Amino acid sequence: MEYKNYINTFCSIKNGTVSIDGSISFEDKTLPAADFIKLVYKHFQISYPKFYKMDQLSRLAFVVSELILKNNPITLKNEDADIAIIIANSASSLETDEEHQRNISDKNNYFASPAVFVYTLPNILIGEIAIRNSIKGENTFFIFDKFDADFMSSYINSLLNSNKIKCCITGWVDFYENKYEAFLYTVEKEKGILSLEHTSDQLKKIYNN
Amino acid sequence: MEKEESSNLKPEAYIVADNIISPLGFSSFENFEQLKKKQSGVRKHTNSDLSLEPVFASIIDTQQINSEFEKLEPQEEFTRFEKMVILSISDCLKQNQKIDIQSKKTLLIISTTKGNIDLLETSVATQIDKKRIYLWETAKVIARYFNNPNQTIVISNACISGVLAIILGKRLLDENRYDTIIVSGGDMLTHFVVSGFQSFKAISNNIAKPYDAKRDGISLGEGCGTIVLSNNIQLLSTNKEQLIVKGGASSNDANHISGPSRSGEGLFLAISKTLSESKILPSEVDYISGHGTATRYNDDMESLAISDAQLATVPMNSLKSYFGHTLGAAGIIESIIGLHSMRENTLIATFNHSELGVTIPLNIIKDTLHVQVNNCLKTAAGFGGCNAAVFFQKVQNN
Repeated sequence: MEYKNYINTFCSIKNGTVSIDGSISFEDKTLPAADFIKLVYKHFQISYPKFYKMDQLSRLAFVVSELILKNNPITLKNEDADIAIIIANSASSLETDEEHQRNISDKNNYFASPAVFVYTLPNILIGEIAIRNSIKGENTFFIFDKFDADFMSSYINSLLNSNKIKCCITGWVDFYENKYEAFLYTVEKEKGILSLEHTSDQLKKIYNN
Repeated sequence: MEKEESSNLKPEAYIVADNIISPLGFSSFENFEQLKKKQSGVRKHTNSDLSLEPVFASIIDTQQINSEFEKLEPQEEFTRFEKMVILSISDCLKQNQKIDIQSKKTLLIISTTKGNIDLLETSVATQIDKKRIYLWETAKVIARYFNNPNQTIVISNACISGVLAIILGKRLLDENRYDTIIVSGGDMLTHFVVSGFQSFKAISNNIAKPYDAKRDGISLGEGCGTIVLSNNIQLLSTNKEQLIVKGGASSNDANHISGPSRSGEGLFLAISKTLSESKILPSEVDYISGHGTATRYNDDMESLAISDAQLATVPMNSLKSYFGHTLGAAGIIESIIGLHSMRENTLIATFNHSELGVTIPLNIIKDTLHVQVNNCLKTAAGFGGCNAAVFFQKVQNN
């Protein structure tokens, strides 16, 4: 039996550019990473006060997730427990790890902040997206040196095909040393807005877009 | 032809080797023996690099790691974290010499929360390339040591990393692209981690007391655990009984990033998905290896989830008072103790637990218990609101 799954929307934020479904929808190449992410949040009129408590990695993931879910509200047509969030990156939470390390660098006189320490785990961004959208299904955070379209597409297809999940928010969210890159998409068993087949080749095409 | 006749075994995710590296020993066997004798690795550490104040933790002697590692006659420099993982995997390869780690059909999965996080400390004098702070880079170094040809998969998902890695291993075996999966989970205890948990005021002033009325927080620990899974029956021992990973699932509370849910709904979801995938009824579960961090909220949350899953009467323990909370290693180390409990039909007492004190009463094991153990459920929960469960089963080889 041949199964097909579909990418119904995708969004990327990199190099001062926000693209939704392959078209540029916002650009500002002048700002440093953190300021740019804040500007994207404001530009798209996202309103979620917890955003300001998040570290940069979670903020980046959060705004991209808002954009794809606005475009394709999968939470409205699926049970909370059937939606998975599976995300990968390269630098894990190193940006915030370094902040925590700075806070504790003097071993005789240090003050660790719980609000910083909690973000020294990359999967916190999955938690942030889950809380915002009441998503309760499978979650996994992978670390790769670069976005691995082969592994991600094949693993997520197998979860869909074995009915362990009904749909998935997935992709790549990386932030370290003022360099950032986010690429998230939704994949479902049903056709939708874009109906791009969820294959490794297709994924590479839209990721490199 | 002969092979097929020699066994009636189906291709399953069989456990073909396992190892634990902890202060209690450098093999699963040694660790299990210590636990049967109620020996804990957690003790008070003063004047350590970990913390200004004295802290209870389970720490491996670095000299022991180094001297064991020298026996492998390494040709290059490795970090403390890498040494633990390499020692753990090497012991599995020694145990089962049919495992071909150099095969294209063998995949490595590494679960860790912080890997070589000590490389962030500028005071650490080292020849090691700082690039190994990247978890994928340390994974590459480990894979290269063993000449494994595949890209190692790294999972970093807080305290459920280890359980997730086992579930992933089983799922990838089901897809048949690999026939052997080496799942190794490790984390070191450093000032980085200790100071963070101290800032949460989450660390106990004594050895952790899981599920106890007087519990006051966690004990941290470090270690490494490795489970080798294979669907290649040629890798199986001649034992009549074999152990398999039958199913597993993860979930999210969608409630809070650093506190467990008050309802236990998320963990309940992971447990119920795991049992239904494993085609097992709650009444058939013989043993639960709980998460049991010994914080007030976690243990209460677990009691609600376990009770909702109709498992409140099943014998259950937490091993956090033996190993401390070993973060990315915990799910694997604790699963391995569960596997040995199944092999020996011996359930380990929850060390330092005396008086039950959780929202819904659970059947916490207080003394070593000798009962038939065919079905074991392992659960975990972590920061980010994540939960996971995995189910192990004993099968007969006629």
